[in-house]
Amino acid sequence: MSAERHIDHSSPMHQFVIGRLNDWQLGGLDVSFSKAAAFMFGAVIVATLFLVLTTSKRSMVPGRWQSVAELWYEFIADMIKETIGSEGRKYFPFVFSLFSFIVMCNLLGMLPYSYTVTSHIAVTIGLALSVFVLTTFIGITKHGMHFLSFFVPKGVPFVMLLLVVPIEVLSYFMRPISHSVRLFANMTAGHTMLKVFGAFVVQMGVFGVLPFALIVALTGLEVAIAVLQAYVFTILTCLYLNDAIHLEH
Amino acid sequence: MPQFWMEDFAPQMVWLVISFIALYLLMARVALPRVANVLETRHGRIADDLDQAAQLKAQAETVISEYEAALAEARAQAQATIAQAGAEAAAASEKRSAEVSEVLAAEAAAAAERVTAAKNDALTELRGVATELAQAAAERLIDSSVDTADVQAAVDTAIQQNASGS
Repeated sequence: MSAERHIDHSSPMHQFVIGRLNDWQLGGLDVSFSKAAAFMFGAVIVATLFLVLTTSKRSMVPGRWQSVAELWYEFIADMIKETIGSEGRKYFPFVFSLFSFIVMCNLLGMLPYSYTVTSHIAVTIGLALSVFVLTTFIGITKHGMHFLSFFVPKGVPFVMLLLVVPIEVLSYFMRPISHSVRLFANMTAGHTMLKVFGAFVVQMGVFGVLPFALIVALTGLEVAIAVLQAYVFTILTCLYLNDAIHLEH
Repeated sequence: MPQFWMEDFAPQMVWLVISFIALYLLMARVALPRVANVLETRHGRIADDLDQAAQLKAQAETVISEYEAALAEARAQAQATIAQAGAEAAAASEKRSAEVSEVLAAEAAAAAERVTAAKNDALTELRGVATELAQAAAERLIDSSVDTADVQAAVDTAIQQNASGS
């Protein structure tokens, strides 16, 4: 059941083909290993090796690389402390893994000839749904039926509630969509744009320096967006966790 | 767009779950405890250093107060020594002046004695001369020898009369 679809090599969309490397099946489930899967593991390995190697000396006065690891750690720790408070400590490894996975996938995608895992809605919706399921599960186990009060804003007249509650419920279930589409759309748009301008460089001959200069600037912007979108995804996760733990808007 | 090729969803999600669980386990079990350990060690060390600094400061303050007490004591002792030395010097000078005045008094007394002795000698000599003169005068007048003892008695009487009369 290998993908039969074909996309032209010169198309700006060609970079988003997941690049199947085999055709593994497991009980009817397609578990083919692909470039996408390889880059996911690449992100896992780079994040782990970075954190382990930079802290190998355990210096009292950190060097540059150890400072990066410590900043990375404290960035997420502070984010959780500020948005959730002390109850958020339990979820620190999850939030940290989520941020590290996304930021590493985004940054690895910035390397030439590489592949951007997070440019696929399948991946981002997978991450967003896991956050959605986790937060809903925490909300229900922590508050039981009282969790439903989350959909009923305080101080709203009863007649208005007939309108407000369905909107609240709908917006709650829209969360994983907006959460995932934001990341996927940013990554796809950025990489498509770089590819389009890259094609211009070739097509315009001598005048190709203009789109080339633009690409240099856009690459810098894309690196910033890679980190920023990882941050946005993570802080939204923290806010959703806070909603589930504290049941407040 | 390859992102909407539905047949690619399943393999991506499968490997996403596997790689994310792997990352979670590696972070939770290996990487995060290491970083946390480094940070905690440093925070502990900083707290220890601050404690030690506070302790040393307290110690330094104790030493300073001890030093100041010792200084005050030394000053008081010096003052006492100075006062004592002054008193001793005064006593010594008084003693010396007493000694000197005693010596002077003794010398004055000796001089007075010498004067008295000289006066007595002179008086005795005067008596002898007066007696001789009176004897010689009387012998010339009466042309006979006069007893020396009588003359002497007469001279003594005259001296005494003269002494009491004058």
